[in-house]
Amino acid sequence: MHALSLQMLDALAALLLLLSFAMLSQRRIVTLVNLLALQGGVLCAATLLLAWRTHEGHLYLSAALTLALKVIVLPRLLHRLIHRLDVYWDTEPMLNIAGTMLVGLVIVVFAFGLAQPITALASTATRSAIGIAVAVVLLAFLTMITRRKAMSQVVGFLSMENGLFFGAMSATYGMPMIVELGVALDVLVAMLVLGVFFFQIREQFDNLDLHNFESLREDK
Amino acid sequence: MEFLLLLGMPVLGALTLGLWGAHRQAPEINVGFSGLTFLAACALTVRVISHGNLSVAREQFFVDPFNVFLVTLTAFVGLTTALFSRPYMRVEAEHGRLTPPRLRLYHSMYQLFMATMLTALTTNNMGLLWVAMEAATLSTVLLVTLYRTPASLEAGWKYFILCGVGISQALFGTILLYVAAEKVLGATGVSALLWTHLNTVKGQLEPAVLGLAFVFLLVGYGTKVGLVPLHNWLPDAHAEGPTPISAVLSGLLLNVAIYAVVRCKVLVEGSLRSSLPADMLMGFGLLSVTVASLFLWRQRDIKRLFAYSSIEHMGIIAFAFGMGGAVANFAALLHMTVHSLTKSAIFFTVGHAAQKAGSQQIERIRGLIDINPRVGWGLMMGSLAILGLPPFGVFASEFLILTTAMKQQPWATPILLGALGVAFAAIFSKVQPMVFGESTGRRLPHQPALLPVFAHLALVLLLGLFIPSYLAQWYQAAARLIGGL
Repeated sequence: MHALSLQMLDALAALLLLLSFAMLSQRRIVTLVNLLALQGGVLCAATLLLAWRTHEGHLYLSAALTLALKVIVLPRLLHRLIHRLDVYWDTEPMLNIAGTMLVGLVIVVFAFGLAQPITALASTATRSAIGIAVAVVLLAFLTMITRRKAMSQVVGFLSMENGLFFGAMSATYGMPMIVELGVALDVLVAMLVLGVFFFQIREQFDNLDLHNFESLREDK
Repeated sequence: MEFLLLLGMPVLGALTLGLWGAHRQAPEINVGFSGLTFLAACALTVRVISHGNLSVAREQFFVDPFNVFLVTLTAFVGLTTALFSRPYMRVEAEHGRLTPPRLRLYHSMYQLFMATMLTALTTNNMGLLWVAMEAATLSTVLLVTLYRTPASLEAGWKYFILCGVGISQALFGTILLYVAAEKVLGATGVSALLWTHLNTVKGQLEPAVLGLAFVFLLVGYGTKVGLVPLHNWLPDAHAEGPTPISAVLSGLLLNVAIYAVVRCKVLVEGSLRSSLPADMLMGFGLLSVTVASLFLWRQRDIKRLFAYSSIEHMGIIAFAFGMGGAVANFAALLHMTVHSLTKSAIFFTVGHAAQKAGSQQIERIRGLIDINPRVGWGLMMGSLAILGLPPFGVFASEFLILTTAMKQQPWATPILLGALGVAFAAIFSKVQPMVFGESTGRRLPHQPALLPVFAHLALVLLLGLFIPSYLAQWYQAAARLIGGL
């Protein structure tokens, strides 16, 4: 592959990682969703670049899918939910921002270690980005753990999905089309189920705070 | 053709019930579609008995000895649960816990859930397996929250998020599997995720990547199996959802999840040629058995009690598959079958008992034998069967697992025996006063459906005494397929 496009791809990968860190520190939920959409956009750009360079037809489809689902449909859905449910801010995260960032840094180092055997095996030109994909997944996981609002946990969940797609792309130029379609369908349905679910929670508790969810304990 | 019907019927059922499920006969339509699915499964079984393995749609779907009996079992329990849910859900609606739109959602999602499980069982594509497993979670989330109580919403949220995150790990594992497979099978894209193709080349797959993949796959699908420490969602989801859903979650979904784990284990073990996957399964299994049996003592809610019992039994099955070899695998497959039948039968009786007492709290359900002897005896027999008393089938499988453990992993036998003893004492001491104590119940407007309960228990009894030859052959063939050290 052309050296320039490889470098551009690496730059896009770095941007993905940067966005993950931005999400980790962001407490305003509207911005969090915008960051997620941006991450989807970067993912889409990376897929397009790779499709153009490798002439893999199905990657174009995959890019279109990412654009439709992760840049347009899901963020819109989430924005509408936020407005209708009136949840704009997350409460103080369980760990303060600086602490979370430090943990995030350690996670990135760990992710590159974890990706070592995969990088060694993969035959793609983009294999150096696998470490970043793993890091994005783990950082999204961290976002989910440290947040208390249901909405931010969902954004973390979707960011994790972004990381997984980027990983599949850089390690194998994408999964078979049928699987990618299936995964996309599942994600879409999950968000619809979630929308219904949020309204049920709101009806019952008047807010979307996960503090409410502490009744099902073993010592009940 | 049979195959198309098998997957088509529940999808058609979901559509029909979704479109006009507020109909008064919806429960009967639900039973009808489940019955047709079961007939299709029977036809498929007959065909497999006479013609052998089957491969459909350019090998995207397949039927082999390992999944054929699970398909029939799933369709059968799906039918009996639909029969049970007919009077059960009517009573719930009359008690004012459910509205017609929610019943429509319930019936439609019930059929969709069956469709996703049957797809997961029969697909040859590891990617589709993942998609179907995730779809199975999604179709049941709104069923767990059907009553809209605060506790059920919490249970639903936990179920959604924990299984969602878990299943994401499994997706990563699947991607890794694809990376390794592509190297050997070529980037054709289609065949590189087919289990049958992977199985033939498993010796050439890169061990380092497959080892890593297995960790993610086990954690991912293990969350759905309910292996400790990934089990947190399971008791809540079982206790807070409607009882027919507890029965199919416990009796069927856990089986499908462990099926996925074992399919992965076969590939990874062939590549690694070490005991790492086996050790991990045994470790998770033993931990689940021990922790679950201790938690049994603290339960005050009858459905939570049996949910923990499911974790315990999944632990036993995982441990047996971990040991591997012809006998242990055979026993594990038998245990999957009898656990599924017994546990769903127990949930049926528990559902009726809880409706009579108006509560799921164990101390408020008393003297079932006075109010309705058949419900009482059903619960007692079911409990004795699940505790592994002879001559029920659970005894046969547990006996096989224990004796194999003595031979292959002697250190684990005391742990297993101890946990089984603790579980016995815990469950028996809680169920006994429920059945024989002073009675507190009330009459129900609809007759309980007890045919499914006794049909299941009779089958479990039968499997304890005698296993039909074709079933034994499937178990043996599947046990060889799964292999192990």
